[in-house]
Amino acid sequence: MTSKRKTQEQFIQNLMKHSKNDPDRPCRFTYKEITALLKLFAEFSGGNKQRLERTQFRDELCDRFQITDDFLMDRIFRAFDKGSKGYLRAEDFVCGMSTLIVGELEDKMKYTFQVYDLNSDGFISREEMFHLLKATLVKQSTEEDPDEGVKELVETALKKLDMDHDGRVSYNDFRTAVLSETLMLEFLGQCLPTEDTRKAFLSQLRE
Amino acid sequence: MGQALSSAAQWTSAQDGSGGKLELTPINEELLNSILKFVEGFSGKYPEEGKLIFKKPLSWETMLTASQFSGGGLKQDADGSLVSEEKKDDVPLFKLKRQTLSIMSLEHGEMVLRTASEKKITELRLCLEANRDPVVNMLGERFGTVQGDDNSILRYIEEITKEMEHLRLKLVGLDQQLLNQSIMKISSQVRLTPEMVEKEVMLLRDLSGDDEEKCVLEYINYYGESFVYKNGCRAQPWRQLHGDICYIEAKPHDVGNPLHVTANTSGYYLNKGPDPEKPGHLDYSRPDQDTYRDLVTLLKAKSPKFAEIINQQEFALHEDAKKDERRMEVAADDDQDGGGTNRTEQQYAQRDQQDEKEGKAKTQHQNKKKMEPSLRHKSKTPVEPQDSFSESSTESEEEEEAVERRAEANADLPSEYWQIQKLVKYLKGGNQTATIIALCSLRDFNLAQETCQLAIRDVGGLEVLINLLDTEEVKCKIGALKILKEISRNTQIRRSIADLGGLQTMVKILRDPDKDLKCLAAETIANVAKFRRARRTVRQHGGIKRLVSLLDCVPLNSTHMTAEMELDVEVARCGALALWSCSKSKKNKEAMQRAGAIPLLAKLLKSPHEDMLIPVVGTLQECASEPSYRLAIRTEGMIEDLVKNLKSSNPELQMHCASAIFKCAEEKETRDLVRQYGGLDPLVALLKQVDNKELLAAATGAIWKCAISPENVSRFQELKAIELLVALLSNQPEEVLVNVVGALGELAKAPPNRAQIRKSGGIPNLVNLLTGTNQALLVNVTKAVGQCAEEPDNMTIIDRLDGVRLLWSLLKNQNPEVQASAAWAICPCIENAKDAGEMVRSFVGGLELIVSLLKSDDKEVLAAVCAAIANIAKDEENLAVITDHGVVPMLARLTLTGDDRLRQHLAEAIARCCNWGNNRTAFGREGAVAPLVKYLKSKDENVHRSTARALFQLSKNPENCITMHEPLLKMVGSKDEDLQESSAGCIGNIRRLALANERAKYA
Repeated sequence: MTSKRKTQEQFIQNLMKHSKNDPDRPCRFTYKEITALLKLFAEFSGGNKQRLERTQFRDELCDRFQITDDFLMDRIFRAFDKGSKGYLRAEDFVCGMSTLIVGELEDKMKYTFQVYDLNSDGFISREEMFHLLKATLVKQSTEEDPDEGVKELVETALKKLDMDHDGRVSYNDFRTAVLSETLMLEFLGQCLPTEDTRKAFLSQLRE
Repeated sequence: MGQALSSAAQWTSAQDGSGGKLELTPINEELLNSILKFVEGFSGKYPEEGKLIFKKPLSWETMLTASQFSGGGLKQDADGSLVSEEKKDDVPLFKLKRQTLSIMSLEHGEMVLRTASEKKITELRLCLEANRDPVVNMLGERFGTVQGDDNSILRYIEEITKEMEHLRLKLVGLDQQLLNQSIMKISSQVRLTPEMVEKEVMLLRDLSGDDEEKCVLEYINYYGESFVYKNGCRAQPWRQLHGDICYIEAKPHDVGNPLHVTANTSGYYLNKGPDPEKPGHLDYSRPDQDTYRDLVTLLKAKSPKFAEIINQQEFALHEDAKKDERRMEVAADDDQDGGGTNRTEQQYAQRDQQDEKEGKAKTQHQNKKKMEPSLRHKSKTPVEPQDSFSESSTESEEEEEAVERRAEANADLPSEYWQIQKLVKYLKGGNQTATIIALCSLRDFNLAQETCQLAIRDVGGLEVLINLLDTEEVKCKIGALKILKEISRNTQIRRSIADLGGLQTMVKILRDPDKDLKCLAAETIANVAKFRRARRTVRQHGGIKRLVSLLDCVPLNSTHMTAEMELDVEVARCGALALWSCSKSKKNKEAMQRAGAIPLLAKLLKSPHEDMLIPVVGTLQECASEPSYRLAIRTEGMIEDLVKNLKSSNPELQMHCASAIFKCAEEKETRDLVRQYGGLDPLVALLKQVDNKELLAAATGAIWKCAISPENVSRFQELKAIELLVALLSNQPEEVLVNVVGALGELAKAPPNRAQIRKSGGIPNLVNLLTGTNQALLVNVTKAVGQCAEEPDNMTIIDRLDGVRLLWSLLKNQNPEVQASAAWAICPCIENAKDAGEMVRSFVGGLELIVSLLKSDDKEVLAAVCAAIANIAKDEENLAVITDHGVVPMLARLTLTGDDRLRQHLAEAIARCCNWGNNRTAFGREGAVAPLVKYLKSKDENVHRSTARALFQLSKNPENCITMHEPLLKMVGSKDEDLQESSAGCIGNIRRLALANERAKYA
């Protein structure tokens, strides 16, 4: 038991030390918060401390953060999953949650871009945008081509995001656009918890 | 004659084939009568011309029969026609073949008319109808005047005989005469006017209804906008260019679709009705070419049923027409007063009452408005012109503006319109993500541009944006508010937002924990709450309390500000902005005070940031119209901060501070505080900001009010304010002038300043301003001129510039305030002018005018006029004149007043007027003595003094002594020497009288 606690302590210390220097996956939680998170991780993964499966992750966070889109939920999982292992390790979970719950704007921009960049090539293309936005419009049966509206919406969104006018959105484009108007952070779909659920989650961790 | 017939005579429009018919109208009748007179007796006067043979016969279908013609050398021809014996080239000069009558000379024409006797008019008409240009037939083509009938070049080679020339001259003369005659008639009635249309529509509307038997029409209405332009037209201005007056929709019982009629200045004609492609628009083109000169004729032609019923309506119609005439008179009167003609029937019924009321309301309104400090200029930011002072009056104007602009906004749709429509579609039918994309993209449009603002409204975007405010999505709310904040700068959008219940939702948002959201909501409210109804809505939904609570933020001057604290300050700033807009309504001011706004504003006033100070000071200066706020501003120590910010480098802030001081300096304590905090110096410094008129108006206003305190006047003297103010007397807008002149008037109460105004050359400018029309300005100018006239040197200049005459003519002004201050100003003028008596006499009708002002209802006017009369009466000759104008009974009638100020000047006037003829006896007879004695019970020493003077004069008449003896004994014991002397003199007179009486008895 004592050794178990000791390893956890060491794990947390490591995590906090490493993430300070890691701009890609910063962990901004306090020691106490991480402890609570790890407990939660264990709870989610059904006692398996090493692996949190995709379905378990989705089921737990869907309700909590009111992110209802399955496709985006999957994207969020992938953004958490460093190295595309197909499951989450404890540090993946803690670092990912850090962005969602206590992340700064820079963290969040990186994260959302990662979510939207479906093929991880560093650019969000028209096709990717189409895929992300195709469910956003209410289908109108009368319209000749239901995709037409989405295509127009993609163009509208692209116009806002594509700062260098090369027909695709680079991270720099995205960052410039969001800095000019923070409303655009979740421009292509909700992938962050709402303010209310975020606060609720944080206070739960701090209990 | 040809000219007259072709241009003046009214031909029916159906000009097919042989020619039109002459309508039976008054003009035509007159024309025919004149021609008749010309033809009859023509051959008697000019036998040679009468016998002249026409080039071609005049022939027409006659109503006469052969049997009616007798003698005169007529004979039956072979083919049964009646011909005369005289012939020219084998053509008989007179020929009647069946019904066709031909004549070849005027002599025969005359004969025909004689034969026709009472039917001669008909015959002449038939003749003229058949021969549109009879002159051509008579004299040849050469003299033709009707262009359409000109088809021959022969006219140039025909020879002219002497007789022809004579006849031609006669005919030309007749033509001229006819034309002149008709023009008089035509100009009076031919063109349609909006009044005529209104009259006819009203008339028919009275006769319309569902009853098929009795009502002539099912309904008749104006089509389209209900707005009536000032000229009485309802058509849109660009259609008015085509002469359109209005559009009428009428439905007869027997016609399926309603008839759409255009009322044009040229007459009534049908249009094609509503355009199926553009709803709400008319297709103005005409289905046929028929134009009618009245609506009834048109409807008769279009609906047989109408024609049938209208004939049965004769009696009713007649009656209504009479009633209508009266209406038209009224309408005409109204027009002269600048009123509209668009009245409903009931309104006419109550017209007398109403007119009276309106008149009163008007004067009251003027009274209320004119003395308000002139601050119109400061209203650049959220203030709408005059809103703060007379809300009710601006409300209707705003409304009107909104209606008008909606009408013209429907022209061509710009490309933005379609793009905006697409985005709004995403807002309507998209989830949160699509909504955010649409909101962010909408903000890329130039939302300051009216086309975009209205496009959002017209595609239904406002409803969606306001609905978004009711959702739980913070991001959507922020995005929507960011757009609403921008587009609510447009007056029409404001109204729509209020109509859609947006204010209620935004007031709710003020309580949201998200501070960005609060800020945006408050800023949007600040934009929307610029009209009264919106301000009321904010108050009624508890918005004022919430806005005031936004003001409560962290201490502003703390050295270390976190981001959170900065945000709090921003919230407070937005709250102040919203309160600034709301504070234009009186009830909101009260609500703000109840919610504890004043201490919070006082705290924010310490802020070092201009963008915080401007809304705070703006709110304060708005609220300073309420005495309770003025007191609070003083006691909360805000004057110091206001003075401090006068020295700011931001002109807008300076302006608001100056206008706050302007309003607050009504109270003496405040004026002293302004001086103590050194506020007078920056105010005078602001006078150099000649280009910023709003700032100038506020600063001069503050100087005006501050100059009421003598201590301030001496400081202004040191600062050489007079020179600066005098320099502002020319080339300034009225808002500035009113205050500048007001300030000079106050400053001139100190004698050295009077001289200073003269030395700076201000007097000619002041006298010049006496010719203006702005009431507030006139009140101030007369006061200033009056003060200046206290000094003889100034008076010389005023006299030379004829200033007294100008003052005198202002006594005719409608505004009692102007009358009073003009009368006050006249007093020192008379005192100090050389040959004042002669000068006063030189004003023709002047004395009569001033005496007639004693009939005024206004106490101040009466007091001022009495004072002026007291001065006028110093000159015996003038006294004689005003006595003739009945000054004695008029003054005597006023003695019953209880107003001490009036009593003082009235007694003075009576005292002076006693010095002529038997005025003393007359005052006694008019019952002036008894009330005057009662004045001695007044508490005002000034009243006592002038009353004693009056009694002294009156006591020279024995009758008067009896009434006054008793109370005088007490007055001799008074402390006032003047009063003692007069009372004693009075008693002395009484005693002397008694002695004289005694002596007479024993002599």
